[in-house]
Formats: sequence, structure tokens, C-alpha cells
Amino acid sequence: MAGSLRPGAERIQAPERTHPVTSALIEARGLVKHYGDFVAVDDISFHIQEGECFGVLGPNGAGKTTTIRMITATSPVTAGHLEVAGLDVAEEPRKVKAVLGVVPQDDNLDPDLLVRQNLEVYARYFGLRRDEVRQRIDEALKLFQLDDRADSNVDDLSGGMQRRLTIARALVNNPQVLILDEPTTGLDPQARHLVWQQLRLLKSRGVTMLLTTHYMEEATHLCDRLVIMHRGKILVEGRPHDLIAEVAGPQVLELRLPPPERDALLAEFPQGDGVAVEQVEDLTYVFGGGNASAMAAERVGDPHRAHLRPGNMEDVFLLLTGRGLLN
Amino acid sequence: MTAFALTPDISFGAFRVWQRNRDATLRNWKTEFLGIAVEPFAIILALGLALGQFVELDSGEKYVEFLAPGLLALFPMFAATFECAWGSYVRLEMQGTYESIIATPISVDDVITGEILWGTTRALVNGTYILIVASILNPWLHMVDSPWAILAVPVGVLPGLLFSSISICFASIARAMSHFAYFFNLVINPLFWFGGAFFPFDAMPRWVQILGWFMPLKHVVDIYRGLVTGNLEYSMLGSLLWLAVVTAFFYVLAVKLMRRRLIH
Repeated sequence: MAGSLRPGAERIQAPERTHPVTSALIEARGLVKHYGDFVAVDDISFHIQEGECFGVLGPNGAGKTTTIRMITATSPVTAGHLEVAGLDVAEEPRKVKAVLGVVPQDDNLDPDLLVRQNLEVYARYFGLRRDEVRQRIDEALKLFQLDDRADSNVDDLSGGMQRRLTIARALVNNPQVLILDEPTTGLDPQARHLVWQQLRLLKSRGVTMLLTTHYMEEATHLCDRLVIMHRGKILVEGRPHDLIAEVAGPQVLELRLPPPERDALLAEFPQGDGVAVEQVEDLTYVFGGGNASAMAAERVGDPHRAHLRPGNMEDVFLLLTGRGLLN
Repeated sequence: MTAFALTPDISFGAFRVWQRNRDATLRNWKTEFLGIAVEPFAIILALGLALGQFVELDSGEKYVEFLAPGLLALFPMFAATFECAWGSYVRLEMQGTYESIIATPISVDDVITGEILWGTTRALVNGTYILIVASILNPWLHMVDSPWAILAVPVGVLPGLLFSSISICFASIARAMSHFAYFFNLVINPLFWFGGAFFPFDAMPRWVQILGWFMPLKHVVDIYRGLVTGNLEYSMLGSLLWLAVVTAFFYVLAVKLMRRRLIH
């Protein structure tokens, strides 16, 4: 890749790669972003392959949106190296933006224009002619179930429809990577599922996606591979189900018991055997308890007070960011 | 870094932004046109004719004739200012329009340039309309004495750019809609009343005349007065130069301030 031949690139330690470099559409190495003294993104490296859906998972303030803003060339990189489709973002912002489709966190559709005009005018920003994109716009409106609202005011659309139109707009330039910043935040469950369904459809058509979310379920649902970000750092990277299996384990015990009773129960667990306990408000989570967890749940006998369930992405996050009581 | 380059980074994208504003405006062309159409008549009636009866000028001209170049300067100034102060702030802050545009190959500098060109376009449409109205009313009101007046249209580009740029500067530092009260009360209102549109500067005390030199609108009115009356003077070239320099300054400032606001 051209970028690694550039003078100065050698001082940055390249991360271990499991895929050939040439197929990475987005590549970040040692990416750093400071706002004054505040470190928003703290030395992160990742790469996104063609055709994959890559997730950036983390709470608000983890640095997800800042990372996206750097990729979309709307926030200068403080340090490190960032390439999109083989182009250095700092040097070729216009070319980089030409191959991206961006769905921002807050819908910023143009309320001064009609639904269809929103797509046409947006295509014009990419220098695309109207007759070039007419068919693409028709298809996008149909795909996102907006074809009967083509002549509506944007303000008259529901939240879910606005979100879909924003995604349709991001596809108007046939982007190499679709970037979605918290695509379903603020949507009701029905609208969210419709958006998920459409994103899965895009994925099946081979669209490369970078998705940020703080919904663990969304990440598990859609992403082939993800990183978890916390306070500007990447804590872990992997496939959602691998991470759940490796970090949280197959089963998690949830306890809602008064501390003395809880402690008595926890004392029964074998010590130093990979058991991890996390306390969040009045809820205690026991990870990696194996048989002991099953027995404890049985002993309490009340699923409201002791509940054994499969591990999920939320557990992974909790374990990586929380403070353990045991272990 | 490209985002902080010293010279504006402009492409054809500026025209795309201009087109966006044109399309958005044409959607409501009836409302937009009504505002433009009625505006000058009120002031011609109220100030030019009604108040004008009580005004006697040293030059011997009627007050409504004196007022004509002022109107040519004032209404385009308002058109550009409203577009690039309120309008731009709404697009910047309320609608996220700038944010959506800079996610495409269009740069911040393109956006700002397109906005300023659009504000200028509105000023030109406005100025041209007033010139047409004044010409139609000419047999009765004698507001336009010279064919040179037609030059007021191309010359109008400069104040259009200037007031659009000044307004963008303000929009880029405003943090709330209410902040525009400062801009309109402290900047635009004094320009409106004391820019030399309503009274001859020559009759004012010396310090007012010196102050007037710093008023962009005074230079615009001076140029238009020369063109409308046909009394061309070399000082008009000085005024043009003054406007060009100040316009360039505020344009560059507008671009810098908006970069700071949008790229961080």
C-alpha cells in the first residue's frame, strides 16, 4: 500500500495483520485525537476489509464519533495514520469523501427540499448528473420504502422514515464504504428492526459498512467484526460471538440479593477458577461460574433473584470496563 | 494540513451550494417574491413622498430623488444580510445543512463561498428590481437621471459580497438565534440609518464625515449617487477600491471563522 512507503511511516509500528493489506478499505494506525488537553482518541489501530460490517461499540464519549469524524475528513488527525481506499485522509480529503457514504448521528436532511430533491441535490454535491443518478435514486426510494413519499416535505416524515432517507442519501454516490454513526439511536423498536433489515440487505449485496453503536444487541446482530472502545482506547477486537464466548463465557448468573445473602452464595464458588463478579447497582453478575452458577440458581430457586442466562455482548463490555469484585 | 490551509480551498462545489440555495428558494418563490416586490414601495411612499414634502435640500433636488441611490444600496444590503446571517445560521446550526454538505467532496470553503455567492445573488436580484421600479416611476418621481445607473447592477456585486461575508462572520461566532439582536442592532441598524442613505453627509459635522468614511454603506451610496445622477467622479473609484479591500478581508475572515466552527 502506498501509505506505508511514505517517509515517516516507518516510525509507526504496524499492527499485526491477519488479512492482506491491499483489501483494507479503511486502515487506522496509531490514530490519536486531542482536543486541547482532552484525549478523545488514544492511539487506536484497526482495519476494515472490503465487504465486511465492522462495528465500533462503546458508551457515549468513548471516542466513536470523533473516530468517524476523522475518517470523514471533518476532524483533523492529531497523530497517526489514516487511510481510506488507499488515500491519506489528511492529504486527499475530497477524494476520500467521494468514496464514502455518511449517515450522521443526527439526521441532517435538508428541510428546505422535498424528499426526492434531497437525494438529487446530494448527488450534485458529488458532481453527479441528474440523469446519471435518476435510476439509482428511484431504486433507493423503493428499497427504503419511501417511493410514495418522494414529493413529501422532509419534516412530514416519521423519525424512522427520516433515518431511512438519510441512509438512502448516503448511498447516492455508490460509496465504497457506508459509515453509520449510531444509525438506530432514538428510533422505536419497530423502526429499528426495519433499519436493521435494510442494513442486512445492503450487507448481503456486498456493501462495506462501518457502524458505531452503543446498543450491544445491534452490534451482535449486524457486525462481522467489532472493536469495543472505552475512553478513547480500543479494549478488544473480534467477532461478536467469539468475544462473547471468550470474555463472558456461555452462561452468566444474575443475582438480585441483599449483600449478606449474596456474599454467602458467592462464598460457595470455587476460588481462583476464572470466576468474575461484577456489581452494577443492585445487580450482581457472575461470569465463568460453570456448574457452580447453575447450582446457585437452583438453590435460590427464584428466577427474579437468581437468573441463569446465556452470555451477551453487554457482559463483554461490562467485564472489560467494570471493576471486578472477585478475581 | 489541508483543513487549515492559508488560502481558500475552492472548487466547483461552491456552485453546487449556490444551486442548493437557489432550489430551496425557488420552492417558496411566491413568498420570497412577495417580500421583495412590496418592500421598496413602502419606503418610497413613507419617506420619499410623505416625509419628503417637509424636506428641503441645498442641492435643490426633491427628497425622493435624493433617496434613490440609498434605496439601491439599502435593500440589497438587507437581502444579503438576512440570507447570510439568519439564513446561514439556520443552515449551520438548526438544520445541520453545512455538516451534511461537508461530508461530501465539498469543502468548508466551498460551502462558505457558495453561501456568499447566493447572498450576493439575492442582493443583485433585489437591487435590479429596485432599479426597474425606480425607472418605471421615473416619469413622475425622477429618481433615475442617467443611463449610467445601469452600472449599479454589476457594481452591486461588491456590496453583495461584502455584506454577505460580514454576515457569515457573525453567523460563525453566534451561539444562539438571540445573538443576532446584537448584529442587527449594533451593526446593521447604524449602517441603515447612518450610512448616508437618508441625509447628505456633506451637511454633517466633520467628525461625522470621518466616521462615515468607515461605513461601507456610505461608499456604496456615493457610487450609486454618482451613477444615478450621472455626476461621475474619481472619488467613486476610491470607494470601489475601499469596498474591494474590505470585501476581501471579510471574505477571508468568514472562511477562517467557519473552518474553525466546522472542522475541529
